[in-house]
Amino acid sequence: MSAPAQAPATPAGPSGATLLATEQVSKTFGGLVAVNDVSFEIPERSIVSIIGPNGAGKTTFFNMLTGLYKPSIGRIVFDGKDISRTRPDLITTLGIARTFQNIRLFPTMSAVENVMVGQHARMKAGLIGSIVRPPKVRHEERDVREKAHEMLSYVGLAKSVHDELAINLAYGDQRRVEIARALASEPRLLLLDEPTAGMNPQESDTLTAFMRQLREELNLTILLIEHDMKVVMGVSERITVLDHGEKIAEGDPVEVRANPLVVEAYLGKQG
Amino acid sequence: MSSALANTPLKGRENLVVAVVALTFAAILPLFFDPLSLVVDNFILAAAYVVMALGLNIVVGFAGLLDLGYVAFYALGAYTIGWFASDHFSSVNGGEGFHVAAGEFASNLPGIHLNFLLVVVVAVIIVGIAGMLIGLPTLRLRGDYIAIVTLAFGEIIYRFAVNGDEITFAEGYKLTNGRQAISPIDSIDLPLIAPFDSAFSLRPFYWFCLVLVAIVLFVNFRLRDSRLGRAWIAIREDEVAAASMGVPLVKTKLLAYATGAAFGGISGAFLGSYLTAVNANNFQFGFSIFILAMIILGGLGSIWGVAIGAILLSFINSYFIPEVFNGVPRKLGLDFDLTILNFGIFGFLILLVMVLRPQGILPERRRALELTEGVGAGDAIEVRRP
Repeated sequence: MSAPAQAPATPAGPSGATLLATEQVSKTFGGLVAVNDVSFEIPERSIVSIIGPNGAGKTTFFNMLTGLYKPSIGRIVFDGKDISRTRPDLITTLGIARTFQNIRLFPTMSAVENVMVGQHARMKAGLIGSIVRPPKVRHEERDVREKAHEMLSYVGLAKSVHDELAINLAYGDQRRVEIARALASEPRLLLLDEPTAGMNPQESDTLTAFMRQLREELNLTILLIEHDMKVVMGVSERITVLDHGEKIAEGDPVEVRANPLVVEAYLGKQG
Repeated sequence: MSSALANTPLKGRENLVVAVVALTFAAILPLFFDPLSLVVDNFILAAAYVVMALGLNIVVGFAGLLDLGYVAFYALGAYTIGWFASDHFSSVNGGEGFHVAAGEFASNLPGIHLNFLLVVVVAVIIVGIAGMLIGLPTLRLRGDYIAIVTLAFGEIIYRFAVNGDEITFAEGYKLTNGRQAISPIDSIDLPLIAPFDSAFSLRPFYWFCLVLVAIVLFVNFRLRDSRLGRAWIAIREDEVAAASMGVPLVKTKLLAYATGAAFGGISGAFLGSYLTAVNANNFQFGFSIFILAMIILGGLGSIWGVAIGAILLSFINSYFIPEVFNGVPRKLGLDFDLTILNFGIFGFLILLVMVLRPQGILPERRRALELTEGVGAGDAIEVRRP
């Protein structure tokens, strides 16, 4: 795997500054409280996980971070900017990209085209430019296509399937394309919603290593929703545990594993 | 056969060759008929409908926005030429009229008379703005709701057209002439070419409309393979994912809507001038369905398919039903003409297409896939705070 030219390699580890913070965020759907009063922070260049049983509000929380839902109460601050009410596409432009729990590629577009859509916000061609196609637009189009190929190779997709329709790709390859598509928007924060779902242990290991590589080579901050505890404990510097929409624990893997509330949430009350 | 067609999309150069051959053939065709023959008249209508169908194809075929009110843009384009190239505003400038490069004949008439090319520019502006105004509130909705609201807007414009003769402003000018029609409309008078005269030959109208067809084809192909074209497909297949990848939903849909609208307006202005009348009766709901049926028949999103669909339906509507088969019911001893069954026949044809070949005559690869694989928009994005 070769790194795209965009980022110099720098030493690993979080730099300390807060990249994203939520302040007492709640989300209710009618009478149902999906997320309740959650405050949390992601330091720059860290890998942070959110875990919790099914229905704990993890994905709802993700959807708020990416603007698909607006928080009912509370604030979300990204890089010093309040993004609680910002449209999803603008949030992407600011530097947050995501993948989905159930893969959401554009099925009838090729892998390359999918990744090209990921670069939409970084492109300039408008209506008239697209019709007239002056040299500027031609070059942009060519560069974007080239970069899409680079990205796909970077995430480990074989050259032979770059032009295959997404719908025809193998499951693991679809996951790769989705990550490439997210990376194509040049994010600073990458949100991965259960990226190892449906993967075998070996594939999970590869992905875990890849997350570290992303952090080091692209200077990314990564927020992860994950069920696979081996992945979570192996890769995360910090873990936040949600249960019934509330944050019940937070800390490094060792602390979280020892926390009785977490054990209770996952396994039920003892005795 | 169908899958072979569906799976081998033409490359850019091949499309160019097909376009040049098809347009050259189309351009030669009227030379074999009398310059005033009904056949040439049918050709002209077909070409004008191709322009509209390919315009609507950008909205429905590319961006996947079901627009049931396309007739609104046809009407606005037609009224643009009605207002700015006739004696409708007869006492403008003290009855002297207002003329801009209007041609020898029209320059001596009262009313506003702009050159046809200027009218086209004005039509694009008016229709584009109308498209934005209608689109802005509408395109925040999804799927079927867009269809319902555009249907309503189409009907609103029609009602305005019908009742516009009761709406007066300034020195008693009427907004429209309702079912009395604004007429006559100036003929097309292009620089360097003799003015078009439908009493002498219909061919110039036809060739001019072919130029419009060439333009709308070019725009379709260019937009399909562009940043915008990709964004439209993305929105059509998964709105949530598209927005999450940085595609602004409302703006991107609006661009599709306004572009499609503009071609409706251009074609409307052309038809207004060719028919030399702008009659509110032409702007009924059925017309929206008529154009939509062309797209469905040809294959949603498929540029060549839509062109073929438009030509077919146009000939069925203006030749086969009224000229060839009109007497059939009477021969069977029934007391009506086939023309009154127009829309019933279109409906039946669409039904046939849906049953026998739902992807259309010449399907677009992606659309055919979407149809078979059940690809569709995902769940809703929350637009505002509950």
